[in-house]
Amino acid sequence: MLKTILSFVAMTAAAAATAPAQAQATLNQVKARGSLNCQVGTPTAGFYALAADGTWSGMDVDMCRAVAAAVFNDPKKVQFQSVTSAVRFTSLANGESDMLSRTTTWTAVRDTQLGLEFAGINFYDGQGLMVPKAANIKSAKELNNATVCVLTGTTTELNIADFYRANNMTFKAVTAENENVLITTYLGGGCDVYTNDKSGLAAIRSAFPKPDEHMILPETISKEPLGPVVRHGDQNWGDIVRWTLNGLIEAEEGGVTSANVDEMLKSTNPAIKRLLGVEGNIGEGMGLTKDFMVRVIKGVGNYGEIYERNVGAKTPVNIPRDGSLNALWTKGGILYAPPFR
Amino acid sequence: MALTDSGSMIAQPRQGQGSLLNNAAFRAGVYQAITLAVVIGGFWYLVNNTITNMSQRGMAAGFDFLTASAGFSVSFTLIPYKESDSYWRVFQVGMANTLLVAAVSAALATAMGLIIGLARLSNNWVIRNLSRWYVEILRNTPLLLQIIAWYFGVFTLLPNPRASMNWSDTFFLNNRGLYFPAPVPESGFGIFLAILAISIAGAAGVILWGRRRRLLTGRIAPVALPALAAMVIVPALAFLALGSPLAFDRPALQGFNFRGGINVPPAFCALVIALSVYTSCFIAETIRAGIQSVGRGQTEAAKALGVSSSRTMQSIILPQALRVIIPPSISQYLNLTKNSSLAIAIGFPDLVSVWMNTALNQSGRAIPIVAMTMAFYCVVSLSVSLLLNIYNRRVLLKER
Ligand SMILES: N[C@@H](CCC(=O)N[C@@H](CS)C(=O)NCC(=O)O)C(=O)O
Repeated sequence: MLKTILSFVAMTAAAAATAPAQAQATLNQVKARGSLNCQVGTPTAGFYALAADGTWSGMDVDMCRAVAAAVFNDPKKVQFQSVTSAVRFTSLANGESDMLSRTTTWTAVRDTQLGLEFAGINFYDGQGLMVPKAANIKSAKELNNATVCVLTGTTTELNIADFYRANNMTFKAVTAENENVLITTYLGGGCDVYTNDKSGLAAIRSAFPKPDEHMILPETISKEPLGPVVRHGDQNWGDIVRWTLNGLIEAEEGGVTSANVDEMLKSTNPAIKRLLGVEGNIGEGMGLTKDFMVRVIKGVGNYGEIYERNVGAKTPVNIPRDGSLNALWTKGGILYAPPFR
Repeated sequence: MALTDSGSMIAQPRQGQGSLLNNAAFRAGVYQAITLAVVIGGFWYLVNNTITNMSQRGMAAGFDFLTASAGFSVSFTLIPYKESDSYWRVFQVGMANTLLVAAVSAALATAMGLIIGLARLSNNWVIRNLSRWYVEILRNTPLLLQIIAWYFGVFTLLPNPRASMNWSDTFFLNNRGLYFPAPVPESGFGIFLAILAISIAGAAGVILWGRRRRLLTGRIAPVALPALAAMVIVPALAFLALGSPLAFDRPALQGFNFRGGINVPPAFCALVIALSVYTSCFIAETIRAGIQSVGRGQTEAAKALGVSSSRTMQSIILPQALRVIIPPSISQYLNLTKNSSLAIAIGFPDLVSVWMNTALNQSGRAIPIVAMTMAFYCVVSLSVSLLLNIYNRRVLLKER
């Protein structure tokens, strides 16, 4: 709340200063500052997890690190800002962060009315419902008259209302701004159902004291394309984030990994040559260097490496990739980057 | 001639029309108008500039979103609301919830404050010290902490709906909140309400008449008690005569949850209890100070004159104590209203939580939403303080 007020004051002050001085300058600001201000959410396993020693890790954290590597040749030059879902856009809009990377769904209203620019999709998701196994529920259709825990300020709270309306059922929402308040309420039995993106449910559940006592119902009730977001108005900065993400996907498709990237510099494949800057100068056009993707891949690996390391089947979050939407388009998924040329 | 001329020249400026500039009231008026114009102009400039800049950055501004459908559900609403309702309705829902929390908490805080305040003055050592520690401990810990403690420490630890605490199948308390029967008026209830209103008005009239007579003649007419009794008995008889025209919709367990009746969610209970307990400490201290501010000599004098102790309290101590009690109480009620915005910590949908948080985030209209929220708190604060100031003026010492 204080944060909202502060950001409001900052925003008014910035707006009252008449000139849109920020436009076009994000890259310069980041370079001058010497680090990237990247916004993530309240610590959540797999996507933006915070270790006891203060280091961040996760799918979305690696997106920040990739951009830092593209700009600085150092994936560690990131200042992470952890804010709740409800204030994320205000915090980005007023310039506190340079980008946000935190399981944020690309929607029309957000893209067109909030002064935001979505730079792509790094996780194809959908909303799910989690219930305690003891409740013996097999389908979302059995959830009439249930009490549902929802995080406020999310697409989740809009979708759940739509879902119940569409199915002519009623529910009672328990909403909170803070994920931890909500999880405690759910675990204490304050609601029958916890709803969020399925990836989020898997992540939250992996941190429960007894994860196997809860199950995610089979239904997916919405489309949640999640991706990094920047402010509207600085196209160049948007391009940098967008093509860093596309480069990560392209690298996986071309078989370029953090282990073999140096050898791949000698590849004769023209697509790989362009990706690594051996040919062409896509990087320079954006104010980076030709070989920015070499640094990114050395720093965080390709998309597949990032996925497996953070949320893959071998991690506690355990979201198997094979056969899911997030598999590469060449492997039956819909993950598809426009050509790097 | 010359003398009269100059005399009239000196006198003229006071009444003449050409010299308004020398008129103090006029000048003051002009200064005030200029100040007002500058303030309004400055405000308009800021708002206009902000909106222009926001649209330059591709951020939607303006109030047009108020008619758009909100699409999210609100966990507790005093007034009817459904997901397809507009943002404007969400604003109303938030205001109603905030006012409900403030009104219920203020009433509870006053009742508890009165008891604790009197207990602080008790001659009984145990009562006096218990109430003192109540005040000292609760007043000196942060309110936010207390709200969270009530929510997590009490209300989320309650049993689940199937194992609810149950009072004669009428009141139920569980980790989904408190459930109690909802009154359902039946035909004839309107007549009952009319009779009730007439009885109350009649009793008030009789009591006022008794007071006027006492002031005029000094004679005490013992009408107050009979009037109050009639005010209760007449409507009660009418209620029975009309065949008890009020049914109750009792809550009953059905599937996951209770259906029917009224449900007050845990967050509401935790918030109201925390707010009223916290505020009651300040009110207790105000009441204690008010009573102690009336000199002991007055009680003794009344006793010496044979005035009964209840009448001493009613006609001598309280009227004077109220003068001391009311001004600080005004700020306590205002504080309570503003403190209710801490509801956001436990997810109770008060105005700040549902409007300035959820609606702002879903619509992105920071400027109109924050402005509307501030306007609401401003209007509430000003009206509460206006009402209480009017009341305060009435209880002020009348110097004759
Ligand atoms: N994708 C949805 C919901 C995203 C969401 O709620 N994610 C959760 C967990 S993955 C989250 O951000 N939690 C942390 C927080 O609230 O800061 C949106 O963009 O509105």
